[in-house]
Formats: sequence, structure tokens, C-alpha cells
Amino acid sequence: MDIDKMKSLVSAGKMGRRDFIQLSVAAGLTVAAGDNLFSATARATPKKGGHLKSAVGHGSTTDSLDPGTWENSHVGDLGYIPYDYLVEIDTKNSPAPGLAESWEASAEVDRWVFKLRKGVEFHDGKTLDAEDVVASINHHRGPDTKSAAKSILEIIQDVKANGKDEVVFELSSGSADFPFVVSDYHLPIMPAKDGKLDWASGNGTGPFKLERFDPGVTIEAKRNENYYGTAYFDEVSMLSVSDVVARQNALNSGNVDYIDRPDLKTISLLKRNPGLEIDQVTGFGHYVAPMNTTMAPFDNKDVRLALKYAINREELVKKILLGFGSPGNDNPISQSIKYAIDPEPRHAYDPDKSKFHLKKAGLDSLKVDISASEAAFAGSLDAAVLMSESAKACNIDINVIREASDGYWSNVWMKKPWCMSFWSGRPTTDWMFTTAYAAEAKWNDTFWKNPRFNELLVSARAELNETKRGEMYAEMQNILHDDGGIMVLMFNDFVTAHSKKLAHGDLNSNYDHDGGYMYRRWWFA
Amino acid sequence: MHPIVRTVLQRLGLGLLTLFVVSVIIFSSLQFLPGDFATSVLGQAATPETVAAFRRELGLNEPAITRYIQWIGGVLQGDFGSSFSGRSQGREREVMELIGPRLWNTLFLAGMTAIIAVPLALTLGITAALYRNSFYDRAVNATTLTTISFPEFFVAYILILVLATLWKVFPSLANVRESTELADRIYMTALPALTLTLVIVAHMMRMTRAAIINLLASPYIEMARLKGVSKSNVIIKHALPNAWAPIVNVIAFNLAYLVVGVVVVEVVFVYPGVGQLMVDAVTTRDIPVVQACALIFAATYILLNLFADIVSIVTNPRLLHPR
Repeated sequence: MDIDKMKSLVSAGKMGRRDFIQLSVAAGLTVAAGDNLFSATARATPKKGGHLKSAVGHGSTTDSLDPGTWENSHVGDLGYIPYDYLVEIDTKNSPAPGLAESWEASAEVDRWVFKLRKGVEFHDGKTLDAEDVVASINHHRGPDTKSAAKSILEIIQDVKANGKDEVVFELSSGSADFPFVVSDYHLPIMPAKDGKLDWASGNGTGPFKLERFDPGVTIEAKRNENYYGTAYFDEVSMLSVSDVVARQNALNSGNVDYIDRPDLKTISLLKRNPGLEIDQVTGFGHYVAPMNTTMAPFDNKDVRLALKYAINREELVKKILLGFGSPGNDNPISQSIKYAIDPEPRHAYDPDKSKFHLKKAGLDSLKVDISASEAAFAGSLDAAVLMSESAKACNIDINVIREASDGYWSNVWMKKPWCMSFWSGRPTTDWMFTTAYAAEAKWNDTFWKNPRFNELLVSARAELNETKRGEMYAEMQNILHDDGGIMVLMFNDFVTAHSKKLAHGDLNSNYDHDGGYMYRRWWFA
Repeated sequence: MHPIVRTVLQRLGLGLLTLFVVSVIIFSSLQFLPGDFATSVLGQAATPETVAAFRRELGLNEPAITRYIQWIGGVLQGDFGSSFSGRSQGREREVMELIGPRLWNTLFLAGMTAIIAVPLALTLGITAALYRNSFYDRAVNATTLTTISFPEFFVAYILILVLATLWKVFPSLANVRESTELADRIYMTALPALTLTLVIVAHMMRMTRAAIINLLASPYIEMARLKGVSKSNVIIKHALPNAWAPIVNVIAFNLAYLVVGVVVVEVVFVYPGVGQLMVDAVTTRDIPVVQACALIFAATYILLNLFADIVSIVTNPRLLHPR
């Protein structure tokens, strides 16, 4: 019997460890090599069963099942347990079929038709139809909605059912990325009842039936035998454990199998436990220092460039993120997002170039204020001080102003000329640019209005030719990199830890917890 | 009317008045919190329209005085209103439905801690007074003062390290629920109860010891000694009855603390108590829940103080006839 044949038997669960090792020794392997090979083969094959227990750092007793109010990853993960979305996001950040089997757009990309998967049933036996989808979307629209997703759905002019299996979205302008919008975690599909969304019942079409929802404490669900897709766990429960030490203790003592946000300062101690695996994924979230390009001295492009070269981003990643991140290059689009480029020349620490641009702006030295507070991101005050130190060698004096954390977003951000800020990122280039860099964007925190950039933004949105679209986005990223008022300091990583008993494939980077898909994609080895 | 009954009724009346004042203070101070439920739930995604929709539904546009009268009127009829979070068409989440199970958990933890801590503190205090200045006395003092000097979370981490990670005696997560059996519940709550015991024993033990030692210098104790009463009987039969008043006050104070102030321990052990609920409610500005919690906490203090006073009076009738 050859090794490949044996491996397939292991994968199928037809051969045990002892037989495998005996035969592999006979085939010329050492016992240890045979053992390793067995583990690797057995782990690589998903199998059903087990009770996944996770502990996450978020969650509040005031959380609710209303998807419009979801704002932390404890309730946010709910969407992937008892519910499904029209569109899923795969590990390569592309939209993949969820409850919608396929979709197509009109030539102007302002009309989207989603074909629903047939015969999908809710946990209570009701069959999914287009009206449920319409109610699930309309819950976040209209004058009376209280949903956090209202602003991202503003592009929808009308949504209606076309028969039982088709949903039609009419958009106010073309958007080639629309499938990403309906994958937003606020938009799970729930049943409609009398034209309204019935979210209070916890009834969905997802892989697990909700057994218990105790806000800020626990979420528990059991396998839905009727699920149309695949999921491996028999049962999942997700505890909210806000104390990081308690979370790590629970993992170390085997009370849970998975935790998010371990303490980065002590992560080397966690790594010493041979039964644990640490996962690290660069997400979309990035730490920024937006400059108001309408105010002096930031209205001068060369001053902006002088500042961009005066910051030691490598040092920031090492000291603020303790190495769990990557330095930014004044491009807010994470490298794992489609159409992302890494613009040249890289904006790294270079006092000579900084002085060169300062001179070009007609200045010998520069004195600027930066506003910072821990509300912007953890460690932002320290980051500002490090920036101030590195800028000294460039004849730039950065004065760090400590602002109050309370009300930082309403009193400092977009009010002070230069401050620290954070973006959790968006899954597409268009979405990120539209949110923060379009001339008329509500959150254009650099007040940057570049005509060429805005022209490209509109035409790229409705361009279905991928190559052309890619070229447009590349040009836009270059313009923003060279001319924009945004200083992208660094991208942070999602860091999680889990017991080696758990196994998984490639991880999603759009959101923590494998993009929320760990509950349906992971398995016990 | 028996003088004790009269005192109890008087105190209860005063307690109600205090509660009323407290309710006014709670309500008015909550008006000063920046932001409201709508802005805190929506966060960065808040738009003027969504905020307005929230405020309309929750009735936050009414003047403060109207809202106060509505609230206090409901409370007088035993209705604490409904929480701002988790509402839907035709369904509201009652505040008491939210607080009830958690309050029971908190009381259970407080009760369990009290059952361990109070007898332990009394025994240690009395024996320390009996053998005062001995090695035993010093050892007890040093140990209890050490445990009270560390912050609660540190004591909790040490206990978790020793009793949950190195030796897996107790679970590190105390996430009990309504359906948990009593035996399991006691087992799961062991570490938080032990932590709290270590934190509160010193205060009660030191007060017991001090109160007794203070009395040991009085002439009537000398008389007892002279007539040949044994050392332990002098303390238990003669000194202790007169020492109850200060001891009971300290016990009541600590019990109240167990009910209202253990949020740190709740967080470390993921124990679903009422402290975490109140902190979350304050963060999200879920005002009805905050108000109900604050009133319950105030009532706890008032009742426990009343209890302490009654015990003092019963053990020392002189207090009934103040001159």
C-alpha cells in the first residue's frame, strides 16, 4: 500500500493512527515522521462533530438581536451562526454565493438582480422567499429606521421582489461593488412577518439554530440538520469575556477552544503552550493621521510630503503594535483587497527627502501641532510622541497636544487641522474611497478635493471591465499617495489564539474571527 | 407599641424618604451624562435622522420633569419601565426581566461569600483578641492585611493561577445560568467567593479584635476576671455582647459592598451579576436600567444599615433610651 492510498484512507476516516504508523514504517518512514504525517492528513480533512467554545473580548448586556444595532463582534458574529447573507465573502476577498445563488447587473450597473437559492428553509420550517430578503433590507432603510447600516444603503433607491426567487435592487447610481454591500454584517436575512422584519425570534436559515441569547454573556446554538450548506460543529457557544487575562486563562485551562485579542505584550508566553496556535491576519483596519488640506501649512503639497517622510513607520509598528501589523504607505487600501497596489516611492523614514520637500515649500523648519488621545486608537499618544522624535532630524517640530478621550470624535476629529484617527477599513477600494476621500464625502477628514481623483472614482464605479477598472484604481491610489492629506501610519493585524484541536483552512481578512465564518468553516481535527 | 417596633418603623419611614431623595439625585445626575442611548448605540454610524428616530421612540424629547414623574409613578407601582435596548414592535424588554436573574446571581455570590467570610472573620477576630500579641495574632493580622492590600483582580488572578491553571481544582469561568444545579453553582462560584472573602475578611476581623480588646480594659471585665471566669468565657460571655454594635456595623457595610461593588470580580470570572449590567447600561446610556440598579443599590444600603442598627439595639438596650 503506498503512502497516498493510506492518506486517502485516513482522510475518509477509515484508518487509525496505529495502523497508519505501522504501515508507514513498513514503507520506509520513521515512527515520528509517520505520526506527523498522520496528524497533518487527519487535520486537513474537515470532519463533523464537537462543541466549539469560543471567548471573545466584546459584548455588552445591552446588545440585542436587532441587526441594526450590532456594533461589536459578540453580536456581530450572530449573523454567521443562525443566519445567512445574500452574499458571502471568500478568503480571497471576492463575493461568493450565499443565499443568492447568482446575481447580475444591468449595463449601467445601477440595477442588480439577485437569484435566490431554491428550497432553503428557515429553522421554523418556513421557506425562504424574496419578500424575506426585501424586509431584511428595508429594516435598515426609510425615515423610521434606527439602523447603523442606514448610510451604506443610501445608494438603494428601491428594492422589490420579482416572483418568489428574485430580488431586484434599483440604485441611484452605478456601483460595480454592490454585492459587497449586501454582505455587510448588519444585513442578515431574517423572516418577514406582516411586512416587517421578525428579528426578535432569532429565526434564520443558517447552519445553527439559536438556543440561547444572553446579551453580553453567551450565545449558544445547535446544528441545523436542514442547512443547505456544510458546517462541521454539532454545537457552538460564544462567551463574552471582556477581561483579557480571564480570556487567556480560559484558553490555557481548556475551558474554551478559541479566543480573540490575546494580550500582545505577553503573547510570547502564550506561544510557549505547545497545545495552542496563534493566528495573525492583516486586516483592513489602519491607523491614520489626517491633515486638513485646506488649512496652512497642510495646504502645501510639499509640506505634506515633508511630513510623510519624517515619520518612522517601522518603529511605530514595532513599538505601538508590538510587531503585529505592517507599516503604511499612505495608501488606505489594504494589500489583500482587490485592485490594491503598493505605490512608489514608498514613504519610509528619510530625513533628506523630508528636508528637500521642506525647502521646496520655501521653508527651513516647520512647527506644527498634532492632536492625539487614546480614543483614536490604543497607543496613539505614544505614537504621536514617537513621530515628534523622528521628525526632529528633519527640522520639523511636532508639538503633541493631549486631547480628552470623551467627545474626541465630535470635538477633535475633523475639527483640528492634524490629529490621530482610525479607520476599520472597507472591503472594496470604491467603498473606502467613497467613505473618506471623495470630495463630497461626509467623512472626508482631510478635506481633500482632487478633481482627477473624483472623476476616476465615478467612472471606475460603473466600469465592468476588470483591467480598465484596475488601472483606474491604481492611478487613484497613486494620486492619493502623492498628493492626499492622509498619513497612513500602519495596518493592524487580527491576532487570535486557538487550541490545536481546532483546524481551519485559509483565513478571511475582511473582519476578525475568520471574517465571522469560523463557525461554519472550521472543524475539530 | 414595643420600642423596637417603633424604632424599626421610624427607620423604615426615614429610609423611604432617603430613597426618594436618592431617586431625585439619580435622575437629575443622569441628565448630565454626555450623549444619549441613540448616539452611543449607533457610534460613528449615527446620522441625525437615525438619532431622531431613536429619540422619538424612546420618548426622550419629553421635558425632564415629565419623564421623572412618569418614572417614579411607575416605580411606586412596582414597574421599573422597559429597557431602551432590545425593543421591537409590540415587545418591550422589562427592566426587571433584565435585572431579576442577575440580581439573584449577585445575591447568591454575596450570600455564599458571607457564609464563608463572616464566621471566619469573627473566629479569627475573637481568637486574635484572646491570644493578642502572640505569634498567632500577628500571623492572622499580617495575612489578612496582605490580602486586603492587593487589588481584587490581582487576588483573583493569583487564585486562578493556583487553583484553576496549575492545579485544576475549580473552573476559572463562573458563567452560571438559571438552570445550573445548586451543587454546580457552588462549585463554579467557589473562586469568586474565595476572592471576595480574602478581600473583606480583614476589615471585619480587625474590627472584632479591636472592639473586644477595647472592652477588655473596662472595670467590669476586670471584675469577671477577679471572680475567676476563664479567659475564653470572659470574651464570649462578657466582652462580646457589648462589642456587637461596631462589629455588626462593619459586617453590614461589607455585605452591602458585596452586593453593589464587585464588578471587577464579576468581570474577571465572567460572572453574570448586576454590577456588569449597570456598567454596560451606563456606557450605552440605557437610563431605565441605570436608574433601577441605582435604586436597588441604595435600598440595599438602607436595609443593611437598618439591620445593623436593630442588632445593635437588641444587643445593647441602653441605645433604646438615648439621653
